[in-house]
Amino acid sequence: MNAIKYLFAAYIATWVIHAAYLGSLVRRFSELRRQMKELGKGK
Amino acid sequence: MKRLFPILSVLTAILLAYALYQALVVAPTDALQGDVYRIIYYHVPSAWTAFLLFFINFVASIQYLVNANSSARRAAKWIVIGIGVLGVVAAYLPPVQQQLTSAGMRPSAMATTVVLIPIFYFLIGKWFPGQRLDVLAVTTAEVGVVFCTIVLVTGPIWARPVWGIWWAPGDIRLTSTLVLWLIYVSYLVLRRFSSSAQTQMLAAALAVFGALDVPLVYFSIWFFRTQHPQPVIGGGGSMDPRMLHVLLISWLAFLCFAFLVCWARFRLELLHREVEEAHAMASLAGSSAKASLPINRSPR
Repeated sequence: MNAIKYLFAAYIATWVIHAAYLGSLVRRFSELRRQMKELGKGK
Repeated sequence: MKRLFPILSVLTAILLAYALYQALVVAPTDALQGDVYRIIYYHVPSAWTAFLLFFINFVASIQYLVNANSSARRAAKWIVIGIGVLGVVAAYLPPVQQQLTSAGMRPSAMATTVVLIPIFYFLIGKWFPGQRLDVLAVTTAEVGVVFCTIVLVTGPIWARPVWGIWWAPGDIRLTSTLVLWLIYVSYLVLRRFSSSAQTQMLAAALAVFGALDVPLVYFSIWFFRTQHPQPVIGGGGSMDPRMLHVLLISWLAFLCFAFLVCWARFRLELLHREVEEAHAMASLAGSSAKASLPINRSPR
C-alpha cells in the first residue's frame, strides 16, 4: 500500500529528531567537561 | 546513581523495542485507514509526554515565582490544596457527573486527574528545592519542545494520506499546538540569549502563561469543530482494546525515555551552572590579582 511510506516516514522522523537532540546533549556535555578541565588546569 | 543510568537506559531501550514490535506487528490493522493509522503509537504518546512535561514546567515555574515571597508561597499552597479538594467534590456533583458521562469520561478519572495537581506540586517542591526548581523548569521545557516537535512533524505526515492535506489551516487543535510549541521555543530563546539577572523570573512568568495553552490544545477537540479526531481516552472517541493496550505500552516506553533524557538534561544544566560559576570565580580572582599589582604610571 502506498500509505505505508507515510508510516515509516513518521517513525523515522521521530527517531531522527530524538537522535539529533541526544547528539546535541552529548556535544554540550563534552564541551562543558572540556571547559571544566581547562578551568581546573588554570588554578 | 552512576550505575543506575546505564541500567535504566538498557531497560528503556528494550521497552521501546517491545513497543515498536507491538505497534508494527501485534496491533490490529485499522479497517478504515489501514496500516498508516499506526502513526498513532508515536504521535499520541509524544503529545501526552509533551503535555506532562509542560505541566511539570508550569508547576516548577509557579513554585520558583512564589518562593521569592513567603506569603505568596503560603497562599499558593492553600490554593493548590483548594483546587484538589474542589476538583474532587465537583467531579461527583450531579450536573458535572452528567456532563462528564455524556462526554464519555468517568467522574473518578476527573477526580484522579485533579488530585494529581497538589500531589505534583508538593512532590516537586520537596524534591527540587531552591535553584533546582529553575533547573527542572528549563529541563522539562526543552525536552517538552522535542516531544512537541515530534507531534507537529508526525501529525502532518499522518494527515496527508488520511485527510488528503498536510495541514488544515485555521483548525484550532493544530493551530493551538503550533502556538504552544512557539511559546516554549520563545521561552528557551529567552533563557539562551538574555543575560539579565531577572531572566529566570521572566522565563518562569512566560512559562505560566504558556501552560495556559495546554488545556486549550487538549480540550479544543471537545468544544470546537475541528478536523482532528476525538480523543481516544475519555473524550467520546472509541478504540479497540487491543489498540489501546499497545498505545499505553508505547506511552510507557516514551515516558521512560523522556525520564532518562530529562535526567541527562538536568545533569547538563547543573554542570553548565557549575562551569559558569567557576568562570566567574576565575575572572574575579584574575581581576583581584591585577588590582593588587603596582600601577606603572608613565611620567608626564
